[in-house]
Amino acid sequence: MSVKDCILIADHLTYVYGSGTERVVKAVDDVSFMIHPGEMIGLIGHTGSGKSTLIQHLNGLLAPSEGSVYYHGKDIHDNGFDRKTFRSKVGLVFQYPEHQLFEETVHKDVMFGPKNMGLSAKEADLRAYEALKMVGLEDEYFYQSPFDLSGGQKRKVAIAGVLAMRPEVLILDEPTAGLDPKGRDEILGLVKSFKEKQNMSIILVSHSMEDVAEYVDRIMVMDNGKLVYDDVPEKVFAQYKHLEEMGLRAPEMTYITDELRKQVFPSLPVVTTLQEAKEAILGTFLLDSGVSL
Amino acid sequence: MGIIKTIKLTFDYIRRNEEGDVEGITTAVDDLTLDIQPGDFVAILGHNGSGKSTLAKHFNSILHPTEGTVLVDGKDTMDEDKVWEIRQTAGMVFQNPDNQIIGQIVEEDVGFGPENMGVPTKEIWERVENSLKQVGMYDYRKASPNKLSGGQKQRVSIAGVLAMQPKCIILDEPTAMLDPQGRAEVIRAVTQLNQKEKITVILITHYMDEVVGADHVYVMDKGKIAFSGTPREVFSRVEELKSLRLSVPPVTELAYELKKAGIPLPDGVLTREELVEEVSKLKKEGFRRIVR
Repeated sequence: MSVKDCILIADHLTYVYGSGTERVVKAVDDVSFMIHPGEMIGLIGHTGSGKSTLIQHLNGLLAPSEGSVYYHGKDIHDNGFDRKTFRSKVGLVFQYPEHQLFEETVHKDVMFGPKNMGLSAKEADLRAYEALKMVGLEDEYFYQSPFDLSGGQKRKVAIAGVLAMRPEVLILDEPTAGLDPKGRDEILGLVKSFKEKQNMSIILVSHSMEDVAEYVDRIMVMDNGKLVYDDVPEKVFAQYKHLEEMGLRAPEMTYITDELRKQVFPSLPVVTTLQEAKEAILGTFLLDSGVSL
Repeated sequence: MGIIKTIKLTFDYIRRNEEGDVEGITTAVDDLTLDIQPGDFVAILGHNGSGKSTLAKHFNSILHPTEGTVLVDGKDTMDEDKVWEIRQTAGMVFQNPDNQIIGQIVEEDVGFGPENMGVPTKEIWERVENSLKQVGMYDYRKASPNKLSGGQKQRVSIAGVLAMQPKCIILDEPTAMLDPQGRAEVIRAVTQLNQKEKITVILITHYMDEVVGADHVYVMDKGKIAFSGTPREVFSRVEELKSLRLSVPPVTELAYELKKAGIPLPDGVLTREELVEEVSKLKKEGFRRIVR
């Protein structure tokens, strides 16, 4: 895909904390990448690697010390750039977003964003309804207090609050932290459906290599403010020794098949997900025995 | 006699509306009896809302039973005179390290508990030193907690509990907010405390792979123990766990899927090494023999 199709371009972004003081920290250090429509990207890196600082640049919450962010080719920090509309187009869901719920009812809470954009009450109402449907919350909860919902439901409502602004890019910072395994799958399945049904671009910040391997098409790895890898999961996770040096790891499936390759089946490929591991191992067993199951 | 014992423990949350009238009652823990042995590493699994955290808060007298009894090292948590003794016996570590650290310097933070207990100054410093060494954070004793990584902060929180010389540590999702290295550091530190110091560990988590080393795993649902057993016993029940919104460690799930596809692997494979061993055994025996 060409530069023309890009929604967002980060061009040599650098962000310096504490400039002019003795402790200058480059939280983001000369980072460049492009985001295309319908991409689902995993952003990984240890705590303090610069992920959070980076994503705050992508919707203009932070302005870079050097470099630029372009939205459909326009520099978002140019004079006259409509940053208000832009912020609704690049939606940011923070960690534990349910802590930010505040309205009397679920529906009102989700309406807050669209109303803030200056939309009519009728339009905001419609957007809220649409967003709550998108996250799969049943109608019976719409007019209840968000505080009476379960943890997983609250998080869905918080995500709906961002969806109601109809973003082109949705950035989620650790959307599954603290959820049970089923809850994690539900949230990530939902996010993937936004990509598939609405062609939304997704950036998923995660500490779970399993989740990243399972759901994303492309992984960006941050370390010390630098973008160290930007590639498909197989390629990135094949570098697990380097990832470990950065406080990360590969998914368990990569390690398992790696051990099997060393000790049992030399021809086993590098895999990252359960499904791939299963198929690769079954296939190798078949080849090995010459018998079909 | 168990270090922590609950006898027919029930806990009801009362929900009230804005006027303060009772709207309903939620039973978070329901007639639950368990007995945790000293020195054990116990894990509690359960989906969000299954009652795990409510149960754990009974173990150091943060919550008190609506019905039934909780005994910590033989002391009834309803006995108001024993609250401080109970909290010294059973210390708690929570999910968010930033909410638990109060000191400006690591060693100050760790010394806070014993100081509060009235321990003599000299002994406080001994305890701080030992506790920090036990979690591998002694080199950071003079550091400011806000300069530490998540895993380091959580280990400081654990040291803070250790400085009170507890018999039991309860950890409520201590790794939920940590990166992979931080998670590994915390689980390693906790495992060592259990093995070397014989401290009873009760670990609540949503990460199945963190509990494969436990002595006993309890699975909670609707405020009750749905089932329990060794990790191998519990993780052999893949479909039941999934129906309770849980899962099994990745390697266990892979072995389970391979078995369903016709490869005769045992149930409850818990580690990479086990799987590699089983698969290599099958290869040596000749796969032809085992194909239907």
